[in-house]
Amino acid sequence: MAKTTVTPAQVQHIGRLATIPLRETELQNFSHAFEETLVVVDELREPDVSHVEPTSQVTGFTNVWREDIAKPDQTFSQAAALKNAAKSHAGYFMVPGVLTAKDT
Amino acid sequence: MPKLNTLTLKKTLDLLDQKAITLDELYQDVLESIKTQNPQLNMYLEIDETALVKAKEQAATSPLKGVPIAVKDNFCTVGFNMTASSNVLRNFAPQFESTTTERLKAAGGVVIGKTNLDAWAHGSSTETSDFGPTLNPRNPEHLPGGSSGGSAAAVAADACIAAIGSETAGSIRQPAAWCGVVGLKPTYGRVSRYGVAAMASSTDSPGPIGKTVEDCCILLNAIAGPDTKDGTCNPESAPDFTQFLNQDLTGLKIGVIYHDLPNMEETNARLLKELEVFKKLGATVELADAMDPKYAIGVYTVVQRAEVSSNLARYDGVRYGNDRSTFGAEAKRRIMLGTYTLSKGYADKYYELAQKVRTLFLEDYARLFKKYDVLISPVSPGFAKKRGATEGQSMFGELEDMLVEASSVCGLPGASVPYYHDPATNLYLGMNIMAPMWREDLVIKIADAFEKNTQWNQWRNAA
Repeated sequence: MAKTTVTPAQVQHIGRLATIPLRETELQNFSHAFEETLVVVDELREPDVSHVEPTSQVTGFTNVWREDIAKPDQTFSQAAALKNAAKSHAGYFMVPGVLTAKDT
Repeated sequence: MPKLNTLTLKKTLDLLDQKAITLDELYQDVLESIKTQNPQLNMYLEIDETALVKAKEQAATSPLKGVPIAVKDNFCTVGFNMTASSNVLRNFAPQFESTTTERLKAAGGVVIGKTNLDAWAHGSSTETSDFGPTLNPRNPEHLPGGSSGGSAAAVAADACIAAIGSETAGSIRQPAAWCGVVGLKPTYGRVSRYGVAAMASSTDSPGPIGKTVEDCCILLNAIAGPDTKDGTCNPESAPDFTQFLNQDLTGLKIGVIYHDLPNMEETNARLLKELEVFKKLGATVELADAMDPKYAIGVYTVVQRAEVSSNLARYDGVRYGNDRSTFGAEAKRRIMLGTYTLSKGYADKYYELAQKVRTLFLEDYARLFKKYDVLISPVSPGFAKKRGATEGQSMFGELEDMLVEASSVCGLPGASVPYYHDPATNLYLGMNIMAPMWREDLVIKIADAFEKNTQWNQWRNAA
């Protein structure tokens, strides 16, 4: 079985998909680490899975519902919600800017 | 009277009941033990030195009566930080309580401190914590295992009375084995995951790590059971797990798996020798063949990383925590590999395939459990590894945990109990006792019988 390759360019793409900031120096390291990991993962092609369905949940529980009501013990006050925010203003979370002046 | 931190949970509760010891004396000894050992062993990330005050409020609350419990730092505990041993959550103060610690408190338990883990529970050594490694109290040149290494070490060092950990693929059983203590991984869905930093949602299982099987049962009683806040939690009530102690093993059928794997001949030889005790107790012990555990590495690697990439997407550095550049290398690797295996063009090749191989393991266990009541194997191929063993090894954990990954991804309950102690190194080997889903009764029955009929548990005969 041919070894799966993951190029530094692919690593950069994955980094964007995963929103993980990556330095140039990390691209080569991750490329190598992924290839190492995929050697083990590629062994999954060996067993015969033609007769089985995928299992995503081992409990077998389905359609676990709850009442559609707000629960005070699972609701934050605004203060609690903002407690760990890096930046807040007048009761709002401050987020990194998305629109810059030239986009307007 | 020996130092009170060396008591088992059961003994502590009995002595408190009899008023033979006070909470003041207990906390004095436990805190002293923590302060003396923690600088070197780094078991705890945070300690509550005023816990005695809370303990006294709980003194009349059964069954735990104010006893100090160590909790892995991936559980949300109001009043403590919750870091998941990651720089992303450095200084994060949870604003709600995990179900597990809420129940611990309702049962009279007091959280004495938060223990170290591999960052995000991604590891099997506790060497990849962003806050320094934990060392193995049995032999500090060696690692305690992981990811619940801090909790297992705290128990081994008598730096707590009992502890809480969590397992996704070995993280309770493996550090328990490496530290020579008892780890009980409940069935997936037995204990609520609400308030635990999510890793692999389809296999994460909170559970007890303690000095004896009985201690683990007492703790499991406190935390197990239905929780409407966790949609994957069994809505049926949990039994009283202590009723499964001191049972007759006559007629029980034990299957020994992974007995012919390479590079662990001595580990297996020692295990088979110890299993003779079960024959004397009336059970049968037979070698059995299971599906090659190497495929479980692939299943776990893909499923865990895929689910991790989704679960760790919430750490945006805006609502809480530091930004995503503060993730450690291992976390970044796992998030990215998970993203890759779920991305367009790769999802059926990897994620769906891994889920199908999981089905093969479920079928294999079903086949084995038709013939045997429990399955036993070593937890680890060998003893606790030396410090530095994880460096440069991106698949260290997965390969180390090969023997426990299959049972974890299938949601089975399992316990690790010590079955050998090497006097030269002071290190232990642990055996993995597995049963079908929801059959903790079988796990406990066997684990308890082994502990009580052999000499490997250091607390077994303690006054």
